[in-house]
Amino acid sequence: MPIEIHLKKTTKTFQLNIQFEGQSKRIGILGPSGSGKSMTLRCIAGIETPDQGRIQIDGRTHYDSQSHTNIKPQKRNIGYLFQNYALFPTMTVAQNIQAGLKGTKTQNQIQTQKMIQTFQLTGLENHLPSELSGGQQQRVALARIMAYQPDTILLDEPFSALDQYLKDQLQRELIKMLNHYQGTVIFVSHNKDEIYQFSQELLIIDQGKSILYNKTKDIFINPIYQKAARLTGCKNISHIQKIDDHTITAIDWGIQLHLQRPLPQDITAVGYQAHDFLPIWGPKPPNSLKAQITETEELPLQTNYYILPQPPVLAPQPICWTVQRESLEKLQKNGVPDYLQIKEEKLLYLK
Amino acid sequence: MNTLNNTLNNLDWSPLLISLKTGLAATIISFILGIYMARKAIKAPPAIKAILDGIMTLPMVLPPTAAGFFLLLLFSRRRPLGMLLYETLNIKIVQSWLGCIIAATIISLPLMYRNARAAFEQIDINLIYAGRTLGMSETKIFWKIILPTAGPGIASGTILTFARALGEYGATSMLAGNIPGKTATISQKIAMVIQDGDYKTAGLWTGIVAVIAFTIILLMNLTSGKQMKHIKPW
Repeated sequence: MPIEIHLKKTTKTFQLNIQFEGQSKRIGILGPSGSGKSMTLRCIAGIETPDQGRIQIDGRTHYDSQSHTNIKPQKRNIGYLFQNYALFPTMTVAQNIQAGLKGTKTQNQIQTQKMIQTFQLTGLENHLPSELSGGQQQRVALARIMAYQPDTILLDEPFSALDQYLKDQLQRELIKMLNHYQGTVIFVSHNKDEIYQFSQELLIIDQGKSILYNKTKDIFINPIYQKAARLTGCKNISHIQKIDDHTITAIDWGIQLHLQRPLPQDITAVGYQAHDFLPIWGPKPPNSLKAQITETEELPLQTNYYILPQPPVLAPQPICWTVQRESLEKLQKNGVPDYLQIKEEKLLYLK
Repeated sequence: MNTLNNTLNNLDWSPLLISLKTGLAATIISFILGIYMARKAIKAPPAIKAILDGIMTLPMVLPPTAAGFFLLLLFSRRRPLGMLLYETLNIKIVQSWLGCIIAATIISLPLMYRNARAAFEQIDINLIYAGRTLGMSETKIFWKIILPTAGPGIASGTILTFARALGEYGATSMLAGNIPGKTATISQKIAMVIQDGDYKTAGLWTGIVAVIAFTIILLMNLTSGKQMKHIKPW
């Protein structure tokens, strides 16, 4: 296994319990804010020590509570890109890049020069971090990590401090740069789009616990758990009541669904992507909701319509229906549809 | 004018020299000790930190004469520590210039300690983490990252420490006494000449002290001013 992470750590405010084993060298960790993503990275880097467990990456054991192994962060050779980049404020760009290098003076200077060229920092060598833009700061932070050739790189929400325009550009740059990198990269984010672009395998964590580990694409297609479904962008989730193998009541949507294929075991909820609804004008088809729009949210490339379940249910959550801009024309011509149909093959079965 | 000239010509400049020498020595000791203790305090668990902090701050809130009395009890040649120092190393602290330095150090140390601690506490912890993951040793992190980043806070702490040590009176008079040419600092000189009714000399020394103090504050504003550039007047 290229990567095996098992760690438990209890603090006054938090309980961390992360378990996963992966094959890929591009791993994403997705979870809401405060779910323990950064804490997990800090344990991997050796900045925090878990109470127990084992951390092994590419054959190197960094931590093992059974054999009392706990390699110092200095010796783990793991590069850590901090959320705020953590550039040393009193050092110039060149000094920052050189800070951790162990070679002779000439070797270090050559290495630093190489990094300055690779990361397009020429001309900024003698600037202080405070004189740089957000994007430049991130490049310096990356150059500093790459300069000392880490075996593993940890990226902690690398784009959260940037505005949207810069973010898109940097995301592409970062992906390009990491394409050449041979080691394992662990990328932490609460943003599903970033994670989807970046990772081949994905860990979902919630409230300090790992709930799912799988190939990223598989998780987005079939998130298995309600929490994973929410995090990967499924807006509509309903608890269900099983009537028979082919019939369920979607409690939160106030409708009955008839299924061609039998209901899988242990399912407690169903999810449906907001853009998967099929608008119907005319008589009520099976597995459909009455489309009574209560709220409209217009975005540049899509419009979100919110529908309250009919007949009313207890504590109703509006159901979201997303219409892409190109489909809006049809809607304007025909008016609001009478029903929104749920296609069985698009239904997510969740635990 | 004539009398002022007279006073100036006949002035014994030794208090200025003694004060400057004492201030400098006390500042150097406080600088090293204050930074060391601040670093220890930050790394200590909360309970120990609170106790350490209390002890380190005590001389600042205690009346200087009380601190001086305590030092006198400690270093008196009739007491164990004073006796030991005198008999084994022939070091005399009471009524000596060394006493001046110790009194000034004890009184000014809290300023250095507190300023250094505040400066250290403001450092983004991620900088230290970054240093560690980049393979820098703890010593290198301290000298290359922590100290420079805390620089402005430590600089103003050092200047305040020097100013406090320079003007120390209460503890110094208790421990070192007021021996002209030996332990008589400017502040002690002022007190002495006022007792003699020599207001001219007292005024002159006060003027000298005021000039030194103002220069120090100016210096401090200039060192911290660089860092304050981004703060807009309001």
